[in-house]
Formats: sequence, C-alpha cells, structure tokens
Amino acid sequence: MSGESTYNPQSGFTKWLDTRLPILRLAHDSFVDYPTPKNLNYWWTFGGILTFCLITQIVTGIILAMHYTPHIDFAFASVEHIMRDVNYGWLIRYIHANGASMFFLAVYIHIFRGLYYGSYKAPREVLWILGVIIYILMMAAAFMGYVLPWGQMSLWGATVITNLFGAIPLVGESVAIWLWGGFSVDNATLNRFFSLHYLVPFLILGVVVLHIWALHVPGNNNPAGISVQTKKDTLPFHPYYTVKDAFGLSIFLILFSYFIFFEPNVLGHADNYIPANPLVTPAHIVPEWYLLPFYAILRAVPDKLGGVVLMFGAIFVMFLLPWLDTSKVRSGRYRPLFKQFYILFIINCLFLGYLGAQPAEGSYVIMARIATVYYFAHFLVILPILGVVEKPKNVPQSISDSVLGDVAQPNVQAAE
Amino acid sequence: MNTILKNIGLMSFMVLALGATDPVQAAGGEKQPAAQEWSFAGPFGTYDRDALRRGYKVYKEVCASCHGMEYVSFRNLSQEGGPEFSDAEVKAIAAGYMVQDGPDAYGDMFERPGLPKDRFISPFPNENAARSANGGAYPPDLSLINKARSGGPDYVYALLTGYEDAPEGVEMRSGLYYNPYMAGGAIAMAQPLYDDMVEYTDGTPATLAQMAHDVVTFLNWTAEPELEARKRAGVMVLIYLAIFAGLLYFSMRKIWADQH
Repeated sequence: MSGESTYNPQSGFTKWLDTRLPILRLAHDSFVDYPTPKNLNYWWTFGGILTFCLITQIVTGIILAMHYTPHIDFAFASVEHIMRDVNYGWLIRYIHANGASMFFLAVYIHIFRGLYYGSYKAPREVLWILGVIIYILMMAAAFMGYVLPWGQMSLWGATVITNLFGAIPLVGESVAIWLWGGFSVDNATLNRFFSLHYLVPFLILGVVVLHIWALHVPGNNNPAGISVQTKKDTLPFHPYYTVKDAFGLSIFLILFSYFIFFEPNVLGHADNYIPANPLVTPAHIVPEWYLLPFYAILRAVPDKLGGVVLMFGAIFVMFLLPWLDTSKVRSGRYRPLFKQFYILFIINCLFLGYLGAQPAEGSYVIMARIATVYYFAHFLVILPILGVVEKPKNVPQSISDSVLGDVAQPNVQAAE
Repeated sequence: MNTILKNIGLMSFMVLALGATDPVQAAGGEKQPAAQEWSFAGPFGTYDRDALRRGYKVYKEVCASCHGMEYVSFRNLSQEGGPEFSDAEVKAIAAGYMVQDGPDAYGDMFERPGLPKDRFISPFPNENAARSANGGAYPPDLSLINKARSGGPDYVYALLTGYEDAPEGVEMRSGLYYNPYMAGGAIAMAQPLYDDMVEYTDGTPATLAQMAHDVVTFLNWTAEPELEARKRAGVMVLIYLAIFAGLLYFSMRKIWADQH
C-alpha cells in the first residue's frame, strides 16, 4: 500500500480479474511484497499470532454454537453434552476456553511491545487507538463468553460486572435493568449475552482489518524506532516475515497445546463446574486472570462509582497515550530512564493482577490503592515529564545502521 | 536464538505469575489436601481399569444412595478410556434399575428396566426431596465433582478420609460433622466410608484409604471421561509441533541467510 504496486498478473484470468476487482493485487501488496523493516524481532510476531487466535476463536466458537443451548435450564447441560457426546467436543471447547487466555496473553505481549518501542507515536496514533478498541471489544467478548456455560462464576461474575452500571448516577438502576432484561442476571441476560458474544468477534475482525490498514499506510515501527528511509531498510514481507511469523506461531502453539491437552482447566475457576445457583454466592468472586488488574483497580476505591470510573479510566487513558508521551524518541532502547519506569510499570501491572485475585480486605486494599495510583501516574505524570527531562542516547541514522550496530554496538557509549 | 530464549523466558514468567494469582482458597482456615499418587496424573497418565471398576462399586453401593450422577449414562461404562465393562455387563447393570418412561399410547407413564442409553438413576426425584431426606443439606451431583472443587482429586480424597473428632471447644450442631478439609470445618455428610464396607470381588483389601482412592479415581473418570484420549492426542500434537517448529526454524535460517 505504501509505494508502487509490484503486482504483475500472469494468467488470463488474473489479468481479467485485476481490471474488475483488484483483490489479488491488494493481497499481493499487503502480504507478499509489503516492504517491512529488516530489523523486526520476535516481539513483532505477535500480530500474526493474534490473527491466528482470532480465527481460531471464531471457528471453534461457530462449532460450539451448533451444540450449545442458551437457556438457564439447559446451558450447563449442553456444555457437558459437548464435552461428553459431541465428537471431539472436548477438544473444541478446550481450544476455545484456553484460546481466550492465549489470545489475551498474546495481546498483552503485543501491547507491551508497542509500549516499549513507542509504536503509538506519530504517525501511528490511529493504529494504536484502533488497537485499544480491539482490546476493549476483546474484554467484552471474553466476559460474555465466560457467562455462557452458566456455572457459578458465570452467574456471579456477570452479576458483579453488570451491577457496576448501577453505580451511574440517576439512571444507573434503569440501565442495569435494561442490560439484564429483568431484575437480575437471568435467562434474558444469558440470551442476549449469547447473541452479543457471537456478534463481537466479527466486530473485532472488522476493526482488525482497519488496524492492518492503518499499519500498512505508515508501515511497521521497528525496534530502533526510526522511520524507513531507503529500500535498503526493508525486506519484502514474504518470505522473510511469513517464515519468521510462522516460526513464532509454532512456538506459541506449543504453549497453547500444553494448556489444551494437559492443563485445560488450570486457567479457569473450579466453581464454574458448579451449575449457577442464584441462592448461593461463592466465597470469592474472581474474574478470569486477564481481567484481574482492572478488578483490583475497581475494588481499590471505597466508592462504587469512583471504582467504576477508575476502572474504565484505566483503559481509556490508553487512548490518550500518543499525546501523553512527550518524548521525540520512539524506541525505549534509546531511553535509559524510560526503560526503568517501563519495567516498574510491568511489575505494577502484574502486582495489580495478583491483588485482583486476593480478597478485598485489609492490607490488600491499601496495596491496591498504591498500585492504582502508580498505574495512572505512569501515564499522566511520568511519561509527560520523562520526555522533557530525559536525555536520550544517540539514535542510529538508519535501520541499516542499527542492524549493523546490533553486531558492533558502536553507538551505545555515546550517551552512557 | 537469544531473542527466542528471551521470548520463552518471558512467557514462562507470565505463566508463573498467573499461577501465583490463584485466589486464596483458605479463607475459612481449612486444611490443605495432601497430594496423592494418581494413575491418571502426568502427560502419560491413564486410568487404572481395576481401580475404576472397584471405584464404581464403591460409588454404586455407598455414594449413590444420596448423590446423583446426572451427566453419566450406563453406556459410558463400556466406552474406551473408562471402566470398560463389556456390553453385556453394561446391559445387566442398566437392567438392575427401573426407569420411568412414557407417556405411552394411552398417555400413561410406565416403568421399564433400564437400558444402556439411560442416565444414571438419581436417588431423589428433585432437589427438594433430596434436601428433605438429608436434614436440609443437598448432596451435590457427583458427575463433575473432581473438576468443581479446587484441589480436585486430592481434595475429594482428603475429604473422604479426613473425618476426625472435633477439636476441643468446637461445638458441632446436630446433623453436622467435623472435617478439617471442608470450608468452615463442618460438613452435613457423615463419614461415608469405613474399612471393609464394600466387598471387593478382585481380592483387594477394602481399607478406607483403598476405597477412597478407588472411588476418587472413578469420580475423576466421570468428570473427565476424555482424559486418556486427550493426553494421548496431546503427546502426539507436541511431538508434531516440535518437529514442525524445528523445520520452520531451519527454513527461516536459510531464507534469512543472505541478510546477515
């Protein structure tokens, strides 16, 4: 998409098609001859891995929907029917359930890669914003998917999250009732969650197309964080990055398969194998691991509305990131101070995740408050100030230089 | 290669971090179950066929008098990866129960002997009947019990063998029994298993520990009937992926050779 198209139709049919619907040209320019910086490392393989995850979830999900019954009296039994009577139903369901966790693992690596190498900075702000939208849609899809088996955590997780909307001033209660389709999480809620759970992945797919489009206009960022200048800086996507992505994916699949075949339930919660019961509340209501940091932020605030605002704020602050980071240098590789705060930020996020799994009492709440304040401070205080006070290392002249620099390291001593 | 190692290192770190986020289960201060040896543990685990059959006998003669087994059918007993009773044995087992069927051509319900297609017969017609017969407590369905309790088979084993006298100063309400593995320490089920309660036909001594081990093995099969097929497939998938990843790695080295 950037630069001249090099597509050259060979057969009569492809020439005929090219003048009517140049879809093969689009594919060629996007995935074959697309000029890609030559210095991308393995952290860049997660884009391809995420595409694989999305397609896997959609395909397994469509098959599961053929056997699933979205009704409170039959949902749990229909999942057991899938596990016991449907041919390879256990495989399809375990791929889908663990696939959600793998999808989030990959998306977190993808996001943190972007955070480190400054992939959100100009000219990639729209690309980043589309990514945050995908992430939000993923959380919505995952949350609603977790409700469908209608186990204890399904019901009570849904109750906790939908109750959050009750915190909205004035209209909160009406909004909650509208979401439930009744006066509590019940059959109407399960029905609409099933419908929406089927819809959202296709919305994600649509935004992914926009995300890739917004990627292909400015082109990939890269570990050096400097723009492509000449043809010497790039390689055609195929075969260089198709094979590298395929290798990265195959390693990822080994981890994925380990969970599917040997620990299929370790990432879930045992209580979700107990059928939903509105009369019995589980001792600890916890969301899936990938939502735990936000759950910790929610519960850190003594005021319900305040907790809800901060929890959503924790996601929405990412929309502003391209303008909050004031540094002109993209890659964290050349930002010695940023590097240290980046590591602190990761530790803080993992710590919030840990706190989200603990009961909201005593010192856990205090620690969650400190970690929450630090989370926001990273975006709202540290990043804006760092860009001004930090003295970055010398950035290489070109991507080709940086590749050679990886071997000889000539430009590191300058700033140290 | 260095970057790959870093990649894998980070992934495993994240996985460890996730493992560490397991929610606190011990809020009631209950005892943590000790790890037992299970034939079905590990990547090559399979069910001990004899233990499954003995476990079925314990289930049938003890547990089934109060607990249902909603999601298991008699036909499952002859399936591969389970107790693997013969078809004739399964027919005989099923025929030992009377099942309500109907309505017939006149609109009446009728009773008939069980068939392999039938689900296990629940001891009570509904939850209220079960509660009323058990002092208000509901004996949970056992189909999924090993998956539905944190700690899985180790927990169920610990619970079955962990009954003891209440410590001094702990007053048990009537109808409740002390069990340190139960959340809160009080359980409505009286100790269900005692030595020699069940007569094993294969000569195995029916000690409490043996019966508990057998019945928990059986309960693991009812919760995960696909376990053997799953682990077998998993080993093949991992071997395949390892070879595939190796081929891709060397293809990549070859393709990238002119760039280094």
